[in-house]
Amino acid sequence: MTRSVYKPPVQKGFGQFIDAFVVLALVYLSLLAPLLLGGTAAESDAPAEKPVASWEAMKQNETMAAQWQKLGYDAEKAEPIVSKKFSYEIEPWSLGITVAVIAAYFFFVLKVSDREYREVINERFGPRTGKED
Amino acid sequence: MGTTTAAEGRQEKISLLKVLGPVHVWALGVGIVLVGEYMGWNFSVAKGGAYGALIACWVIGLLYTCVAMIDSEVTSTVAAAGGQYTQAKHIIGPLMAFNVGLYLVMAYTMLEAADALVVGDLLKAVAAQYGAELDPRPFVVLTIAFLAWLNYRGVFMTLTVNFVITAFAVLAILVLFFSTTGIAGGESVLRHSELLTDLPYGWIGVLASLQFGMWYYLGIEGTCQAAEEVRSAGRSIPLGTMGGMMTLLIAASLTWYICTGLIPWEYLGQATTPLYDAARLTGSVELEVILFIGTMFAAIASANGCINDSSRAWFSMSRDRYMPHWFGAVHPRYRTPYRAILFLIPIAVSFAFTGLLDQVITFSILSGLLGYTFMSFNIVRFRRLWPLGSIERGYVHPFHPVPAIVLGLLCGATYFATYLGYGTSLLSIMAFYILVSIWFVVRRYPYVKRGEQFTMPWPRPKGY
Repeated sequence: MTRSVYKPPVQKGFGQFIDAFVVLALVYLSLLAPLLLGGTAAESDAPAEKPVASWEAMKQNETMAAQWQKLGYDAEKAEPIVSKKFSYEIEPWSLGITVAVIAAYFFFVLKVSDREYREVINERFGPRTGKED
Repeated sequence: MGTTTAAEGRQEKISLLKVLGPVHVWALGVGIVLVGEYMGWNFSVAKGGAYGALIACWVIGLLYTCVAMIDSEVTSTVAAAGGQYTQAKHIIGPLMAFNVGLYLVMAYTMLEAADALVVGDLLKAVAAQYGAELDPRPFVVLTIAFLAWLNYRGVFMTLTVNFVITAFAVLAILVLFFSTTGIAGGESVLRHSELLTDLPYGWIGVLASLQFGMWYYLGIEGTCQAAEEVRSAGRSIPLGTMGGMMTLLIAASLTWYICTGLIPWEYLGQATTPLYDAARLTGSVELEVILFIGTMFAAIASANGCINDSSRAWFSMSRDRYMPHWFGAVHPRYRTPYRAILFLIPIAVSFAFTGLLDQVITFSILSGLLGYTFMSFNIVRFRRLWPLGSIERGYVHPFHPVPAIVLGLLCGATYFATYLGYGTSLLSIMAFYILVSIWFVVRRYPYVKRGEQFTMPWPRPKGY
């Protein structure tokens, strides 16, 4: 039985350049997208009333204050760092979308891969005869 | 394999050189990762507090132990450049392989950019300590250019250099540990009882800290990229990878212990170079110098390993025509994938100068995470398509399928952590991988030879 072998077209240099460029353009786009969409790290808004810039108000004990000072920070300079807080609010709809996107991505990749894999195996080993397993 | 050169009408095949041993594999894996102990892991302290970061260190350590176990089995059997990309090509299928190849290229090229930025920022910080102003950008470009040249000239020298500087960086952490704890003499300067606090955000913060907990180990799976260049894949890959993982688990725990005993957690959570800061706090000039060199060496070793790995992944994809075939060439004299190495230099530099370090790091981490998710089902399918005994394996990992299940669950938890911190970035990166997958199916796959992709001398996979 003769095996049918797929013969791909030869790609010219310009086409190769365009393909490398397309992948890079998509990478830069996805790096910029969070900025364009206005969301990166989940930080909470700065508190309306900032605590007075003193070690006690920032709940820094003597040892902590001493280490801050050795690192070159007085209470005022340390205050923006100490008062920075993260917000971990979970929005069910956005979490649902994220889970769905990840699941859909893997489903699509695995489904198409399986179809392509059968082509590869059939060309490499010949069509199935039913006695392989 | 690789490119062919015509000499007097005769076609000669040029392949990568098989010159590496377990020490080089260790140097590649630990070299890429150790910078994570010198910078980056501490962002998990900001996310979940000092204890949260410790829990993340061990939980993510478990994730990576599963990665190392699974990788050791598959790579010692599929011994070819491209690592997980080549595994996916033989076990799952072309589109998955294309995605895995891109995970590797993106994770390593972006990590390389971050490493070079650390070199520049550290030099700038030290210059500022002595009242001088320094523009870090030339140092970033020089670092990447010098390492690319080293990679261009040959893999043996590249990874021998990596072994020396990585070993120094590991020793620097040990020296700091013995000095600060008083084991080497004198009193302990660590003040855990006064500096450690409760979990600032509760357990949700601990979950969130898993994202940056990956920084302790991100890249250890890069050992697989050396598979085609080691003298004995069955011996070198498991030895180098598992030895590297043990080194990292110890180094990560020591790093946490030293830093949290010297630095208030709020400062630690945003520090650029926490181990160097810890050395400064001891007041010892000698320790400061050792940790300065250690930080520089760790960042350089990581960038060096990243160039090695990203170029192998890009080269392998190009060799199979998944990406433009022109990049799949081997240098006729140095036997390195020189076009792939050169192509990725300006890209790494541009990532470093985007000013989007947050997104670049998140892209790198998420690409790694997608790769680990792939590994969890890849090993299950590998054992199903070729059961034990049907092909020769260099190494068989124990307790299958427990590591695969644990890996899958921990990957799920880390996606959730990424959602908590960088939900929009997560979606935009997923959009990239979806778009580029469609592009591959429609545009690139027609250029790929079908049967020739399967290069392993194995029998037909069960069920196909």
